[in-house]
Amino acid sequence: MNAVARQIGDFFKTFLLWELVIGLSVTARELFAPKVTVLYPEEKTPQSPRFRGLHALRRYANGEERCIACKLCEAVCPALAITIESEMRADGTRRTTRYDIDLFKCIYCGFCEEACPVDSIVETRLYEYHFEQRGENIMTKDKLLAIGDKYEESIARDRAADAPYS
Amino acid sequence: MLDSILAIWSQIPEAIRVSALIVLKILAIVLPLLGVVAYLTYAERKVIGYMQARVGPNRVGPAGLLQPIADAAKLAFKEIVIPARANRALFIIAPVLSFLPALVAWAVVPFADGAVLANVDAGLLFILALTSFGVYGIILAGWASNSKYAFLGAMRAAAQMVSYELAMGFALIGVLMAANSLKLNDIVLAQQGGFWHWYFIPLFPLFLVYWISGVAETNRLPFDVVEGESEIVAGFHVEYGGMGFALFFLAEYANMTLIATLVATLFMGGWLSPLENVPVLGQLPLLGQNGFHWLALKVAFFLFCFLWFRATFPRYRYDQIMRLGWKVFIPVTIVWLAVVGVFVHTGFGPWF
Repeated sequence: MNAVARQIGDFFKTFLLWELVIGLSVTARELFAPKVTVLYPEEKTPQSPRFRGLHALRRYANGEERCIACKLCEAVCPALAITIESEMRADGTRRTTRYDIDLFKCIYCGFCEEACPVDSIVETRLYEYHFEQRGENIMTKDKLLAIGDKYEESIARDRAADAPYS
Repeated sequence: MLDSILAIWSQIPEAIRVSALIVLKILAIVLPLLGVVAYLTYAERKVIGYMQARVGPNRVGPAGLLQPIADAAKLAFKEIVIPARANRALFIIAPVLSFLPALVAWAVVPFADGAVLANVDAGLLFILALTSFGVYGIILAGWASNSKYAFLGAMRAAAQMVSYELAMGFALIGVLMAANSLKLNDIVLAQQGGFWHWYFIPLFPLFLVYWISGVAETNRLPFDVVEGESEIVAGFHVEYGGMGFALFFLAEYANMTLIATLVATLFMGGWLSPLENVPVLGQLPLLGQNGFHWLALKVAFFLFCFLWFRATFPRYRYDQIMRLGWKVFIPVTIVWLAVVGVFVHTGFGPWF
């Protein structure tokens, strides 16, 4: 008896497109559900202090550049994006004369930052940058230091926030 | 001022005056139709976006309202690329052939009582002929493109058209049996007297069959095997870009609008108000009155359903489409035609 009733029910459900109506009701509900889109230029997603964006070279508080040309970052870089040349300076310390990062090769893994013994090379929160000419993808030492100088405050804050975990 | 214009008007020869009036009427139908088509694409992207928890286009103009215009301008300035070894003449004619029937069919659609461009006696037949004519453009496009994908799409379009045309025709026969006329204007007038007089109640199975066949006929999801992005790239219009593509796009959306209007006219009482003859509500100023606004509302609802279906249903498999067309729709319509015959003979309900 029950089986027959179910068969009759199924017959009407088939012809009244019942399952399709259930599907339609799902999308109708979604029509009024809140939207998840982030309207990018006006809204931005929150960033972690560990965000790995554009690179920067830092300085000590007295203005001396941190990098000592140990070339650990060059060695650890899996994409071979870093090129370093160094010389002895007049005061007898070793400093880089060339520090290039090719942003076309860089995969933003952050290994250079981890390898650095003096916290010199870091990755900042910056991700909105572009190139208009060939060659602009090479971040030279001057450009990296300039970024470091400009954003030192936020870089230092992010390192401090992450310090308990590293 | 008005007198002088009328004086000049009356001095123009009779033949020119008549043709000028007809051209004006055609423009009065076609231009708003193109506007509806343009904003239907916008509505589609908005509605589907909202159903997928997105916001849809919102960059061009306030809330993205100028998006269709930006799209049209972009398509208009694109180069027309004709594939190597394509049949040039057919390749160029095909989009026009698919777009024209979509516009011509509007000649017999009544927008309000008597407001119809050509109230021909065989209006329904005219509609039936022109809606099936649109597939020629698709088949020619597939053939002329000299591309396997396009040809596959064209073959699928032909098979689908043949399968659903029959069910669609049978559904229309039910309507003309009930209304006893082929004139769309008379069919609407036969449904007068409140929504319980409309044909979707006694002809409910035919209404469903016609509506679903209409969705299949316009190659909209879930029946879009003709385009099938994931299977045959874009089907018949893979090789088209620029204005050729734009014409196919316009044709598809104009056909959607036409099918929505036909469903509203044949089964939902066209321009009639559903509150006619309802005691108090029927006296309301706008809601109780028959008129174009009711047709526009009904068409808007059915157009929304097109978008709703697209957002909801996955694509039918090819054999399932054939099964639905031949093994379900045709038997259902034939059985119900017999039932309608009995209804008509006995003068059943308020409908016959």
